Amino acid sequence: MISETYSLLVNGKSYQVVDGHPSESLLWVLRERLELSGSKNACEEGECGSCTVLVDGEIVCSCLVLAASAVGREITTIEGLGSEDEISDVQKAFVDAGAVQCGFCTPGLLVAIDQLLNTDPDPDDLTVREAISGNLCRCTGYGRILEAVRIASKNRKVQNQEEQGK
Amino acid sequence: MSSNGSDEYGTGGTSLLGNAVPRREDLNLLRGKGGYVANVPMEGALHAHFVRSNVSHGEIISVETSEAEKMPGVFAIYTAENLDLADRAVILNAYEAEMTRPYLAREKVRFVGEPVAVVLAENEYLAADAAENIWVDIEPLSALVDLEEAVAGEVLLFPNLDSNIVTEIPRRKPIDFSDCEVVVEAEIINSKVAAVSIEPRVTLASFENGRLTCWASNQGAHDYRDSVAQALEMEIKDVRVIITDIGGGFGAKGLASEEEIIIAHLSRMHEKPVRWMESRTENLTGFAHGRAQKQKVKMGGNLNGEITHYSLEVIQDSGAYPKWGAVLPGSTLMMASGVYRIPNVEFSSRSVATTTAPVCAYRGAGRPEATSVIERTVDLFAREIAMDPAEVRRLNFPSPDEFPFKNSTGTVYDSGDYKKALDEALGAIDYEALRNEQSRRREENERLQLGIGISTYVEVTAGGGGSEFGLVELKDDGTFRATTGSTPIGTGHVTTWAMLVADRLGVPMEKVEVIYGDTDVVPSGEMTGGSRSVQVSGSSMADASEKLVDAARKVVADLLEASEEDIVLNKESGNFHVVGTPAVSVSWGELASSPKADQKQLIGKSDFLQEGATFPFGAHIVIAEVDIETGEAKIKRIVAVDDAGKIVNPLLATGQVHGGLAQGVAQALLEEVLYDNDGNPQTANLMDYTAISAMEVPSFDRISMETPTPLNSIGAKGIGESGTIGSTAATQNAVVDAISYLGVDHLDMPLTPQKIWSAISDKSEVRA
Repeated sequence: MISETYSLLVNGKSYQVVDGHPSESLLWVLRERLELSGSKNACEEGECGSCTVLVDGEIVCSCLVLAASAVGREITTIEGLGSEDEISDVQKAFVDAGAVQCGFCTPGLLVAIDQLLNTDPDPDDLTVREAISGNLCRCTGYGRILEAVRIASKNRKVQNQEEQGK
Repeated sequence: MSSNGSDEYGTGGTSLLGNAVPRREDLNLLRGKGGYVANVPMEGALHAHFVRSNVSHGEIISVETSEAEKMPGVFAIYTAENLDLADRAVILNAYEAEMTRPYLAREKVRFVGEPVAVVLAENEYLAADAAENIWVDIEPLSALVDLEEAVAGEVLLFPNLDSNIVTEIPRRKPIDFSDCEVVVEAEIINSKVAAVSIEPRVTLASFENGRLTCWASNQGAHDYRDSVAQALEMEIKDVRVIITDIGGGFGAKGLASEEEIIIAHLSRMHEKPVRWMESRTENLTGFAHGRAQKQKVKMGGNLNGEITHYSLEVIQDSGAYPKWGAVLPGSTLMMASGVYRIPNVEFSSRSVATTTAPVCAYRGAGRPEATSVIERTVDLFAREIAMDPAEVRRLNFPSPDEFPFKNSTGTVYDSGDYKKALDEALGAIDYEALRNEQSRRREENERLQLGIGISTYVEVTAGGGGSEFGLVELKDDGTFRATTGSTPIGTGHVTTWAMLVADRLGVPMEKVEVIYGDTDVVPSGEMTGGSRSVQVSGSSMADASEKLVDAARKVVADLLEASEEDIVLNKESGNFHVVGTPAVSVSWGELASSPKADQKQLIGKSDFLQEGATFPFGAHIVIAEVDIETGEAKIKRIVAVDDAGKIVNPLLATGQVHGGLAQGVAQALLEEVLYDNDGNPQTANLMDYTAISAMEVPSFDRISMETPTPLNSIGAKGIGESGTIGSTAATQNAVVDAISYLGVDHLDMPLTPQKIWSAISDKSEVRA
């Protein structure tokens, strides 16, 4: 069997993948080799968004990306949001809005929404809906998730204004 | 009242109950640290992969495994020949033993996706590779997909039985429509859909030192344990089931499935841990589907709008092997006449086997089917007599003083005010203005036509009976441990139970730890389903807490040298004192550390049993826009008035309603499980099965009404399924309403652009 050792840069940290098979998906390597099990496997065909991560700032379904193809690129997963001590503003907004139910789709949605707000701090309703249309959620009907995005967006705006005012 | 802002939540006074309390479950889930089965570490586990039939119906000629056995990493391969597991006992007492599903197909296959063999290998990739090299030779037999053909029985799934009918509810007494001034009739398909929990089925089993441990993604830990123990002929004490987090259930994960029992069996056989997670295609073709009824309906009444007669004949698709689906018509029967006072009602149903995946419970399970057909038919009736559909509904509601109200199929509704619910919803949308706008668009022949769909519903919750275990204990450190028999399925039980316990004990909810989902720790429990949890399991928590208070009063009486009857708990401060002298008090903390308190006394235990089902009700109104050039329907708005009695946590209740509304809209507009005439699944992945996304859901306006039930101390009814029950029919009615002026009376779900466009163009041709 062909195997090789390579390294991946995930959430700013370098991880060695030892004896990896080139056909392994990024999702599988994250979950099974690097013990970063926040990204979820729910369809393995790029349709549900539960495995959403960022590669060089772009949203990808990690189930459709070969891990070996991400060498030398910056990977951000759910484990990269917030810190040990504090959850991120988007995560906080999810709590306040009641946007989490079973939680299985939540990490993928958080990565997608964080990326949206980083590129478009004040998205309108349609932009938000489009941005998360690749992330299926079966529990919430999306109502509270859309509300969480509004809360996070508003809070960021207030924070930016305060910082500018200083 | 808008659910789009957080300001809708009032305060519940000094009590936590009724307040929007954020969930304590969220922190782990938000960090990607949920306790889902696939995240449970296990060294040396074997991975299972199932080989499934790609033929809908046929005789198994051979299953050739020798090539696969030699492949790298393969540990063992099993077929029906060597699995060595006796067939499962008949479940739900609902069918002939002959119809029992073999764990792995034996002699015949009966649906595409039916497991024929299972490979155990070092990892999932090697297991899948080996499975590709197992050669299953099947001689095809005729497929059976059409429900009328299944009834006719020319093709038989179980030839030793002379019919495909699994179970039936015969018509009791025929009713006579001959005196009716108006009669409308229709044939309506309540389409087949899939639950699509985002987490597919997954399990891990480990057998060590004579004990089997199963990590499961299921709606009931104890139910799962009992199923496994029974199937494996093990003592219940030798099986432990652990359910920490589950990625959605929706009814489909309500029974331990054949594959999950096989995994437990193989783990025991080899004394090794075994893992299995299904693919999305297996989930959509080999698991379970929901709804799937063909309904013949007839409604009669007079020109004044009074409905006097209603007949419903159901053919329920059970799929290849009977599961919960076979008995769904029983729930449809209970709610057949809906929210109306209809003196003459007849009902019959036949559940039939077809060469498709088994049908199971799916959110609402038999009740949305009842609501959809009667609400659709009331619209047909209103149209026939040219009366406003809201007015026809109003005329036929029982009034609030008629409750408890016994409907004509014998179901007794506990409480309700159906007119108020409808009027609230109509008021919220300004019904009259919308009807005027609809007329204007029609007159001006605008491209976007407006439709207003109404659905008034009643449903049954906690209808399955059963008690629930609850235990609340004071710990040495002055905090509390609350143990529940119920298994949370993403529904926020932990937060809700902590709120209820804190409320009854007069302590902050942070002091209450909630334990669930481990059969070694929780002595007994019931499955989460049928919207029973808050009212039954929540009441059990409240009851256990009150019993702990009583136990504490005994000890306090001793400490304060007073009579037990004179000891009261001040819930504001969480202190006990003698009535009238609050200055001298004993706190829970002091009680916990008091040498007089024998810790074993300071517990409260409940096995709460509710004296019957409760009947939430409401009115949903959907506003739709249909593009008559393209046939595309868009839902602009849903107003949902739901009365599920007392709401403990409006944040969570709103989430439940929203999720239900979305699933209703999904069935009405988008989602359908399809098979071709040969029984081949046409919706085997999420590209073809169009699960609803954020792009298709409308904005939700939720109006909460609270008519408490007298059946439990909280006053709560169930709310988990009502969203789906009301919104499905409201959405369908709205879309049909938008194009009814073109002569369209009815369209079956899902209302896809193609279906709408075809209906419009057919009518245009007639007019031309």
